[in-house]
Amino acid sequence: MAVKQISIFIENKEGRLKKAINTLAQENINIRALSIADTTKYGILRLIVSDNEKAIEALEKDGFIVKENDVIILAIPDKPNGLNSTLEVFDEKGINLEYLYAFVSNKTDEAIVVMRLEDMEKAIEALKDSDVKILDDKDIKEL
Amino acid sequence: MFWNEKAECMGKEEKEELQLKRLQETVKLAYENVEFYKKRFDEAGIKPEDIKTLKDIEKIPFTTKSDLREAYPLGLLAVPREEIVEVHASSGTTGKPTVTAYTQNDLDIWGECIARGLKMAGAEKEYIIQNAYGYGLFTGGFGIHHGGNKMGAITIPISAGNTQRQLDTMIDFQSDILTCTPSYAMYLGESREKAGISLEDINLKAGIHGAEMWTDEMRKRIEASLGIKTYNIYGLTEVMGPGVAQECEYQNGMHIQDDQFYPEIINPENGETLDYGEKGELVLTSLTKTGMPIIRFRTKDLTSLIGEKCECGRTTVRMTRITGRSDDMLKIKGVMVFPSQIEKALLKIKGISPNYMIHVTRPDILDEVEVKVEASKELFFDEMKEMEKVEKQIQASIRSETGLRVDVTICEPESLPRSEGKAVRVIDERNFE
Repeated sequence: MAVKQISIFIENKEGRLKKAINTLAQENINIRALSIADTTKYGILRLIVSDNEKAIEALEKDGFIVKENDVIILAIPDKPNGLNSTLEVFDEKGINLEYLYAFVSNKTDEAIVVMRLEDMEKAIEALKDSDVKILDDKDIKEL
Repeated sequence: MFWNEKAECMGKEEKEELQLKRLQETVKLAYENVEFYKKRFDEAGIKPEDIKTLKDIEKIPFTTKSDLREAYPLGLLAVPREEIVEVHASSGTTGKPTVTAYTQNDLDIWGECIARGLKMAGAEKEYIIQNAYGYGLFTGGFGIHHGGNKMGAITIPISAGNTQRQLDTMIDFQSDILTCTPSYAMYLGESREKAGISLEDINLKAGIHGAEMWTDEMRKRIEASLGIKTYNIYGLTEVMGPGVAQECEYQNGMHIQDDQFYPEIINPENGETLDYGEKGELVLTSLTKTGMPIIRFRTKDLTSLIGEKCECGRTTVRMTRITGRSDDMLKIKGVMVFPSQIEKALLKIKGISPNYMIHVTRPDILDEVEVKVEASKELFFDEMKEMEKVEKQIQASIRSETGLRVDVTICEPESLPRSEGKAVRVIDERNFE
């Protein structure tokens, strides 16, 4: 099942990242996971947060451009070959990966991986037969 | 509907007769009273009596901005100094300022031209005009003001800047007409939305905007964000300031007040006169000004003339939107480029904000151009490859319009500077010395 991630356009200049993070802090929004893709001119800040609606409203009010996207969040055994075997599932089915970022939680033994794939539905379908756990909104709240 | 129906709807023959009579008077006045013109005429071997038809104007040498600079400050007066009551000057950003001096009668004519334009924009005597053009040496503020006075409307001389006060004034006075540069109108529209002021809270009906180049896309944004119809106005310090020409409700070319100014279009390369419909440099001759008559002034503005009668009923010659200047075109990597070409290329892309900046540098021996545009929700994608696609699309659009390969930078919304007067679109940091 897909989870909503928010992406924020950040110009590559002093203080912009801090400003975005600060905006979220002011609204008491908790960041569950974070990644930044960057070029020399701008970056895309991707976040899994506790309250998307509130986050988007606060960020837009402060002049940021925000988009909401579907990602899947997986709990992968925290051991060698854990991620590799998952990627193989997509590889076999020919599903392209757009990006991923990972983090560990102290609430679980598994590694948490956020993924954006070209075909999200196909990806979720492909994982059905594997032992990889797809996390939903409720699971993420508990991390 | 018309401020001066007789002048604005005059038949062709009658108009030409009037223009010729006034041209002859102006030439005589200039020749007899202004040393500069006498010298020019003598050098060209012509006398005022040689102007027997309108076509004879082509025998007269052009007047340029540098001629005016050399005469700085009051070297071109055709009347004794005590008859002058007001002066205006250009900003002097590219050299010594150019000054224009007015007699009381000249100011009355200026007011008349503006009043005609106000009427074209639907103004009535009881209207409130919020005049957000800058007051001072710049001709915008006082030019509109003289017209408002002439019409008998209420003119609020708020001048440019202080955006909060502009919005408060719009609400408190229920201003009917906003007059300012298009870039400032756009900024005011954005500021209104941001301040959460609804269109019902303001009562604006029309905007009269000029003093810089603007596009249809900008017009649409201004019209939507302020709930108005906009009217392009044209003028220049050296001739009279705003009101030389203005659009009517049909927004199809600006009506030149051709009983006061005689327009010609020339090929900027060789000075040859061009026909209606042909694009070239606008040349203006004042027909009634006596303080400082101006004869065949090369405006450097590129446009074309429309000779047919307008749907509104006016017979005055119209000029199309200014698309560039024959002198401030950028020469980049040997290619001639107008900022307006880049603007045109940008506006072809959906979701692009009309705020942009062209940054030209020469880090080593080759020119580099960076075009900065503001991102919007439509222009932002979560995936890098999509963002790169947007940049490439912008690059390709600029390339097909100008032939130039440029670097595109997408910036955060509202991160490019907004201007209260003329927008600065080009930063040229090349050193040509």
